[in-house]
Amino acid sequence: MPKEEVPDLKVIAHMQGIRKRFPGVLANDQVDFELREGEVHALLGENGAGKSTLMNILAGLYHPDSGTINIRGKQVSFNSPQDAIKVGIGMIHQHFMLVPSQTVTENVLLGLNDPPFIINLKDYDDKIRQLGERLGLIVDPRAKIWQLTVGEQQRVEILKMLYRGTNVLIMDEPTAVLAPSEIEDLFLTLRKMTAEGKSIVFISHKLNEITEISDRVTVLRRGKVTASGINTRETTREKLAELMVGREVLFRIDKKPVKPGDVVLSVENVQAENDKNLQSLRGLSLQVRAGEIVGLAGVAGNGQSELAEVITGLRKCTAGKICIHGQDTTNQSTLTSIRQGVSHIPEDRTHVGSAPNLSITDNVIMKNYNQQPIGMGWLINSLAANRFATKLKDEYEITAPLINTPVRLLSGGNLQRVILAREISSKPKLMVAVQPTRGLDVGAIEGVQRLLMQQREAGAAVLLISEELEELLSLSDRIYIIYEGQIMGEVTDGDIRKIGLMMTGTPLDKIGKEITEEDGK
Amino acid sequence: MENNIPGSKKRRLRFPYKIRVEPRLVEAPGWVSVLLTIASIILALMVGAVLIALGGGDPIKAYIHIGKASFGSLGVFSDTLVKATPLMLVGLACSIAFRMKLWNIGAEGQFFIGAFAASVVVLLPVLPDSSPKWLFILIMFIFGFIGGALWGVIPGFLKVKFNVNEIISTLMMNYIAVFWNNYFIYAVWSEGGFQMSKTFPKNAWLPRLSDFAKDAPIFQGLTTHLGLVFAVIAAVIIWFILYRSKWGYEIRLIGDNAKAAKYSGISIGKNIILVMALSGGLAGLAGMSEISGVVHRLQGSISPGYGFTGIIIAWLAKLNPLAVIVVSILFGALILAGRELQPKGIPTMIQGVIFVFLIASDFFVRNRILFSRNIEE
Repeated sequence: MPKEEVPDLKVIAHMQGIRKRFPGVLANDQVDFELREGEVHALLGENGAGKSTLMNILAGLYHPDSGTINIRGKQVSFNSPQDAIKVGIGMIHQHFMLVPSQTVTENVLLGLNDPPFIINLKDYDDKIRQLGERLGLIVDPRAKIWQLTVGEQQRVEILKMLYRGTNVLIMDEPTAVLAPSEIEDLFLTLRKMTAEGKSIVFISHKLNEITEISDRVTVLRRGKVTASGINTRETTREKLAELMVGREVLFRIDKKPVKPGDVVLSVENVQAENDKNLQSLRGLSLQVRAGEIVGLAGVAGNGQSELAEVITGLRKCTAGKICIHGQDTTNQSTLTSIRQGVSHIPEDRTHVGSAPNLSITDNVIMKNYNQQPIGMGWLINSLAANRFATKLKDEYEITAPLINTPVRLLSGGNLQRVILAREISSKPKLMVAVQPTRGLDVGAIEGVQRLLMQQREAGAAVLLISEELEELLSLSDRIYIIYEGQIMGEVTDGDIRKIGLMMTGTPLDKIGKEITEEDGK
Repeated sequence: MENNIPGSKKRRLRFPYKIRVEPRLVEAPGWVSVLLTIASIILALMVGAVLIALGGGDPIKAYIHIGKASFGSLGVFSDTLVKATPLMLVGLACSIAFRMKLWNIGAEGQFFIGAFAASVVVLLPVLPDSSPKWLFILIMFIFGFIGGALWGVIPGFLKVKFNVNEIISTLMMNYIAVFWNNYFIYAVWSEGGFQMSKTFPKNAWLPRLSDFAKDAPIFQGLTTHLGLVFAVIAAVIIWFILYRSKWGYEIRLIGDNAKAAKYSGISIGKNIILVMALSGGLAGLAGMSEISGVVHRLQGSISPGYGFTGIIIAWLAKLNPLAVIVVSILFGALILAGRELQPKGIPTMIQGVIFVFLIASDFFVRNRILFSRNIEE
């Protein structure tokens, strides 16, 4: 029974021959895309493949250079996102557009004419609560946005769209900001929405999520469609990865045996506060040796960022001791830690790791501008700086027209390459990498992971902080699990069951019992 | 076919092109920005022409007059340069601070304190009236710079230590500076009850071109003084600091992304203090050059708002120290010739209009406009 011909699978949106050119790139080239009622349609592609462009066109943000869009068989032409919302198409972008000081209800109602001048917010609170409960979008309508977690804020964005009567919801990499448990909740919601006949476009480059949630997949590569609406069940992850990057992608990483050397980083009973002055690290201890990658697993917001900052000197610890190569470096300045050979791949590439309006050259010399040969006395040798930047640009395959191109014009993957080039070229003794592959495409992820492995082989100590369990498992020699600012335990055999238990707050010494009990049953 | 029918009004009324605005994804080429600057000045002058016409004047005559009165002869051009000198120094002061996103709008106050500190050398006195000229100039230069620098460091320190908003503190300190000066010219150094000090001895005057008229008659009557040299050298030094020194790199990095600077191990507090000192010092130097090169005494009306004009100049020059020189000369011309046109009013308005147009032109640097034919559906 061929499923395609079941009559109730109505086509809700049909884009044909879409072409969109940006200066220097053909972002979409004769792209066809078909969305049916009640399906989750995944849009897969590398960074810069044209996924976001295509969906921005469907959401009315961009205008295609040519091509047609039909909604329920009627041709439309959008001039603004409002036009798209009018026919039931709404998009949730990677960066949320919410007013932090206002409540959930106020944010949902923002821009609508429905509550006239006088607002009886209470009625609307109830309405929004009911709407949320129906679809598993649990969030307190009276809470202010700044009080919510990222996952909850995303729910508000979804509520905002649903409240406007959206039937087609486009989500641009919705899981990039979520913790694993929040992803589960999101998927439950998406399933409830499709059961109600709504359609969802799910932009992602995480293959495991796509195989889990989507009904059909469209794959883009360099602006062209390489697979149009294939059934997810009839394909494999290897096949999809090939369609996306055009070559076989290594899922396994060759790990050369390296004998761990001396302890490079030792963290003893460290305590620290977060930005809101709440206790974030509660007596945390760990060690990283030369020539090993140590993973730190945990649900986001359990103190990972604070730990990275404490080690790199960006945050003061209130108690405890940090030693690098046996030297006490507790609460020393960032400059000292840089001089001691600590490199840091920060979580936030654009707001911490780079200066967007400065050139590639200015961005790669951030850590060594005051060292020979780039720093000479009180001057900067711009010839040496440019030579250095050119070298890194070639070595790390940074795709950019010139070395004085401002880095804000680079794609996510290229920006990460700039940061990696800078951090690795200093030949670090200790590397603290926080979410180094987040938001990158498969090809770029592979490159980043290979670079980390090279650091390990070169004898550096690497602390890898990530929320991608798969990545941690394939790269790390050992994995620590962090929960509420403490280490729950250490795993060397990659036992996912143990990691999962520790991530949810069971210390290692209590796990033995639970697992044996389970096995006994 | 329809187009040929004279009566088809429906069609004619419709604008045949669609206009779309899209953000530029690639840096606009350099000439775009230059072209836009020129275009906005021309447009602003056209709006200014309308204003002049509304005021009952002849715009063409007025503009010709402005041109003649500021660039028409060596003499008036020299006067233009005299007006431009303090503007350059103050514009540089604002540029360097703004580069670090440090909103020093206290250049006016720093100018007054610089002038005051330089006057102290003569009036306290620090040096006897008979001291040699080079010593006077050197000491007044140092005093003027340090006076302005101190006045700049105070809000810088408050910002670092107590997170006091520098916009408010620098603005308020302008008033303190002006009244501090007033106290001295009304009470302490008043000469014969007038609100001004005695004239400085000739040794404390910055040399003018006309001083050399004996050897080179062409300099006869030219008022351009040594301050202009200070200003041009300062612009070159500031450019060099910004683009060729470690400190300049730190300033640019902090200005673009303070978090990234912190992550690179750069002390932000230290740089706030240093940049405020340099910025204040340059404004102070403007004050020194003005009283020692033009007024030759300390008095109340030494600045027609140079400190605030400096903000405009810094922005028009896109914070580029070398562009500050050119923009200052244009503004010097406007001030000089404007005064001949009308003491206050139209010339100030034209300045304002130029500023608005230039800021608006930035929109075209960031976005591109697309025209496409309106297709009938």
